[in-house]
Amino acid sequence: MTVDDAARILQLVVNGAASGCIYGLIALGFVLIYKATEMVNFAQGDVMMLGGFVAYTLISTYHLPYWLGAILAIVITGAFGYALDALILRRVIGQPQFAVVMLTLGLGFIFRAAAGITWGYDSVGFNTPFTNKTANVGGLVLGQDNLSIIVGTVILCGVLYLFFSKTRVGVAMQAASQNQLAAYYMGIPVRTIFSLIWAISAGTACLAGILLSPVSMIDVNMGFLGIKAFAAAVIGGFGSIPGSLVGGVIVGIVEQFAGYKLPAGFQEVTSNVVLLLMLFIRPQGLFAERMGKRV
Amino acid sequence: MRYLFRTQYRQDIALWRHNGDRFWYAVLAVLVLIAPSVLGEFYIGELGAVYIFAIAGVGLMLLVGYTGLISLGHAAFLGIGAYVNAVLLAQGVPFLITLPVAGLFTALCGAAIGRPTLRMSGLYLAIATLAFGSIVGTVFQKWTAVTGGFDGFAVPTPYIFGIAVEGATGIYYVSLVVLAFVLWVSANLLRSPIGRAMVAIRDSEVSAQSMGIHLARYKTLVFAVSAGMTGLAGALFAHYVRFLAPDAFDVLLSVQFVTIVFVGGLGSLRGAILGAMFVRLLPQFIAIVRDDLPFGIGRLPGLEPSLFGLVLVFVILFQPGGLNGMWLKAKQWFQAFPFKRQTSFRRQKSYAKSERLR
Repeated sequence: MTVDDAARILQLVVNGAASGCIYGLIALGFVLIYKATEMVNFAQGDVMMLGGFVAYTLISTYHLPYWLGAILAIVITGAFGYALDALILRRVIGQPQFAVVMLTLGLGFIFRAAAGITWGYDSVGFNTPFTNKTANVGGLVLGQDNLSIIVGTVILCGVLYLFFSKTRVGVAMQAASQNQLAAYYMGIPVRTIFSLIWAISAGTACLAGILLSPVSMIDVNMGFLGIKAFAAAVIGGFGSIPGSLVGGVIVGIVEQFAGYKLPAGFQEVTSNVVLLLMLFIRPQGLFAERMGKRV
Repeated sequence: MRYLFRTQYRQDIALWRHNGDRFWYAVLAVLVLIAPSVLGEFYIGELGAVYIFAIAGVGLMLLVGYTGLISLGHAAFLGIGAYVNAVLLAQGVPFLITLPVAGLFTALCGAAIGRPTLRMSGLYLAIATLAFGSIVGTVFQKWTAVTGGFDGFAVPTPYIFGIAVEGATGIYYVSLVVLAFVLWVSANLLRSPIGRAMVAIRDSEVSAQSMGIHLARYKTLVFAVSAGMTGLAGALFAHYVRFLAPDAFDVLLSVQFVTIVFVGGLGSLRGAILGAMFVRLLPQFIAIVRDDLPFGIGRLPGLEPSLFGLVLVFVILFQPGGLNGMWLKAKQWFQAFPFKRQTSFRRQKSYAKSERLR
């Protein structure tokens, strides 16, 4: 193996890790909601798309500075997530799980149409401080856009970790996820907490959209990334927050290598193949929780 | 109002509840049999398509409405059935053999996918079938030696005992026979111990398991039957479209199938047929009113999927019984007139049900 090969492989790993972080961030949104409410938001990818468009509007149309626009976009998308739960998803509590699956899928179609009407069906992008810049790390030339995704994900994970372990609201969220009834008895406003979790999840999706924007354009169909994020969540065990990120990175790297080695067209389905293989071999995921049921 | 006085268990599981049922279904049978001689070519073609979708809808109804599992990959099963049927016909195998083979092969595919994923919660089936659908779509595109890829695949004309099944009328009658067969199988399945096991699994997996129902076995069985019925629908679909293109079997089609089940009304075979009528007629309706809508809404590219999404959301939020539920409510209103009570169909207050094993 020559030096070129090694550099090439490292390049693929970094690219894969970067796109994997995006999948991981979307999967993180699934997992947060799933852990708390046992719902799975099939529209998570579309929420990311909406977040990306909101950021585009703020930064490119209203000429806000990048950082201010990004934070504002995350807040707006978070508020949207809160409203989504408070107005719609809360009404289907008690209906079977597949009703929620179809409800969120239907919402995803509606979001896509709404975005198409509002922002049009062309791809758009905005300038970020990382676009088309490279960083030289130990003699290796890497795109700053990819590095910014990885760094952003790591920072977000740190913030979320501190939030869930140190703040009152975060601990209340953990409690509500573990046992709703007990949380009610302790005086935790469980419904508000669930809506807040939806808000965090939507904010995470928006961050994913913003981080992704220097790498790929924002368009109406970018929500289909959500399907790849399922692979990440399943590898991680669908209930483990670090697991979803690890799963995302695995999917991203496998996908990069598949794109390098396999003929064109197969890269798109690698995440699905990985997902099915994972279900065949170890359906409970890499980071499975021990489960038993009280009847 | 009719009060049924049951004295035997046989009456509880009878296919026809009373003579009124027999009479009205016989009238319906006569009507659908003479329809081709009354209606025009276009309407017969559309009605045939409704039957094909209803076959797949009944299959999915067994899975979603009665067992409580959801599949987002039934378009792939439709595609597998269509391609198996078309490829075998092109090899010179008679239609009466290719049709059941298409169904059986699809059922085997369903079992292969269902077996590993159904050990986990129902959610995993939704995700796995979503992935499976996308993989199968890619296989259809890339395996050009068999499917012809994007060049498409011309489906040969089928022959039954030397008679060519041609035109809208031929497809209409074949679809009608298959739909009747599928309904007969489903109705009998549902009144058998298997059907009761399915409903038990839907209502509570844990209690079903503690009653001695082997969850994975029954779920896999139902998934295979459901996939097989969709495969049969696919074989007929191939003759309906006459030219197979690999991109016809995408996620949107799967969502349409699930829309059939939800709009029709979960947990009723009648609902599957009503839902199929709705799903086939909605695009026709859009095509008719497209130019009359204000603000150019009619010319939006994503109009059809978003309408399906909107319908799904509204049905789940406001009319969980679907079209069948509306029919039952209307019937109740007339039967009980003028004593309709507000509480007759009120939804029970429900609480979050946990499927989590902890």
